[in-house]
Amino acid sequence: MGDILGSYDVLGAFWLTIRLAFFGALGALVLGTVVAVMRVSPVAVLRLLGTSYVNVFRNVPLTLMMVLSVLGVTYIMGLPLSQDVQQNAIRWAIVVLSVYHAAFVCEALRSGVNTVPAGQAEAARAVGLTFGQSMVNVILPQAFRGSVAPLGSVLIALIKNTTVAAVIGTADAAGLMQEVIENETGSFSVFAIFAIGFVILTLPLGLLFTHLSRRLAVKR
Amino acid sequence: MTEPLVVLKDVNKHFGDLHVLRDINLSIGAGEVVVVIGPSGSGKSTLCRTINRLETFETGSITIDGKTLPEEGKELAQLRADVGMVFQSFNLFAHKTILDNVTLGPIKARKTPKAQAEKRAMELLERVGVAHQAQKFPAQLSGGQQQRVAIARSLAMDPKVMLFDEPTSALDPEMINEVLDVMVELAKEGMTMVVVTHEMGFARKAANRVVFMADGQIVEEQAPEAFFTAPKSDRAKDFLGKILTH
Repeated sequence: MGDILGSYDVLGAFWLTIRLAFFGALGALVLGTVVAVMRVSPVAVLRLLGTSYVNVFRNVPLTLMMVLSVLGVTYIMGLPLSQDVQQNAIRWAIVVLSVYHAAFVCEALRSGVNTVPAGQAEAARAVGLTFGQSMVNVILPQAFRGSVAPLGSVLIALIKNTTVAAVIGTADAAGLMQEVIENETGSFSVFAIFAIGFVILTLPLGLLFTHLSRRLAVKR
Repeated sequence: MTEPLVVLKDVNKHFGDLHVLRDINLSIGAGEVVVVIGPSGSGKSTLCRTINRLETFETGSITIDGKTLPEEGKELAQLRADVGMVFQSFNLFAHKTILDNVTLGPIKARKTPKAQAEKRAMELLERVGVAHQAQKFPAQLSGGQQQRVAIARSLAMDPKVMLFDEPTSALDPEMINEVLDVMVELAKEGMTMVVVTHEMGFARKAANRVVFMADGQIVEEQAPEAFFTAPKSDRAKDFLGKILTH
């Protein structure tokens, strides 16, 4: 185990995993919020767009989207995000992770919107707020607090799903693991190093989100 | 009385097969206090909510201060800002403090500077007797206190007319009066009010007119005293007989 930690940049690989997860989560949160607002908006066309988005990206395998981003979009359609092969793979991985998980963020947030009593929206409208204003000031703040726990699950799934990015050649933890197995051996210790690495990343997050979901809950 | 402030003309609405509002015609003058009473399911709450378009209607028209209610969007939001609304279940914003509940409308919908909005909010909270609770959250207040905050929240928008949708129905008996007192105050100061309520005492004390509704129709309109002592319609006699005998 010491050999592997000594001769391979395991920490560097996990650092890339963290970066993929961080920017992927950021993108997913923003995009997912927009899609969720579309799904609860009074405009039928926006609702249809939002629903279609969720149905498409929730049902297409992540691996497929990763491969498509590099083989399809970068090479066939000629739309690289960077001239450097490794950078291109990383940027596309972040985009794909965002787009894919936005569908799940949207659904988590929508379940949060459903925890907000209808009277809150009525009061916001009665006070003279527009749809956008009542979303930003009244509905979404309460919806986020009501969906902390499911959002935590989405984040943990996203961190683990960064491993899929290895299929397009990013040098993240999963990519390094493949390299180590190829060069050395597929021993239990190799598996243990990477498994422990992921547990270190995700377990505290799970505990944190459970704690937050209790602390941030809106008292009614 | 000058030009009526709120005018409903031939308003009709269905909930599926149920005809909840039938040819409603009602004019409310500036400064007038109108109490709407009637058995449950008579459409009185729906009528109240239709006036600021929280409920849509199918035919007819509603004008407020000469302006027809717009369908949706920004103009409707602007018009709603001029119409205060107090709900049966208070509906204070659960994640905001009492002070923020009162200042949200003025800051967002009227673009009032924050400091000015807060000063005015404190005056209003003082007036309804909950100023010392300004930094608390709604769930920490009693029902009566929450409803008084809801009234202050509406008043902060300087509304032309205030709608009350059964404001005391969800309150414990000992808290009803603290809310009614604030409403009587408002009525005396000349606020135009439409009040859906079962509180006959309030109707007698503060109302200029009682509108009795049954089965989606306005059955009778009278001055409160005349209505309670000598109702004209059988439907109203029957209703009053049931609620006044105990």
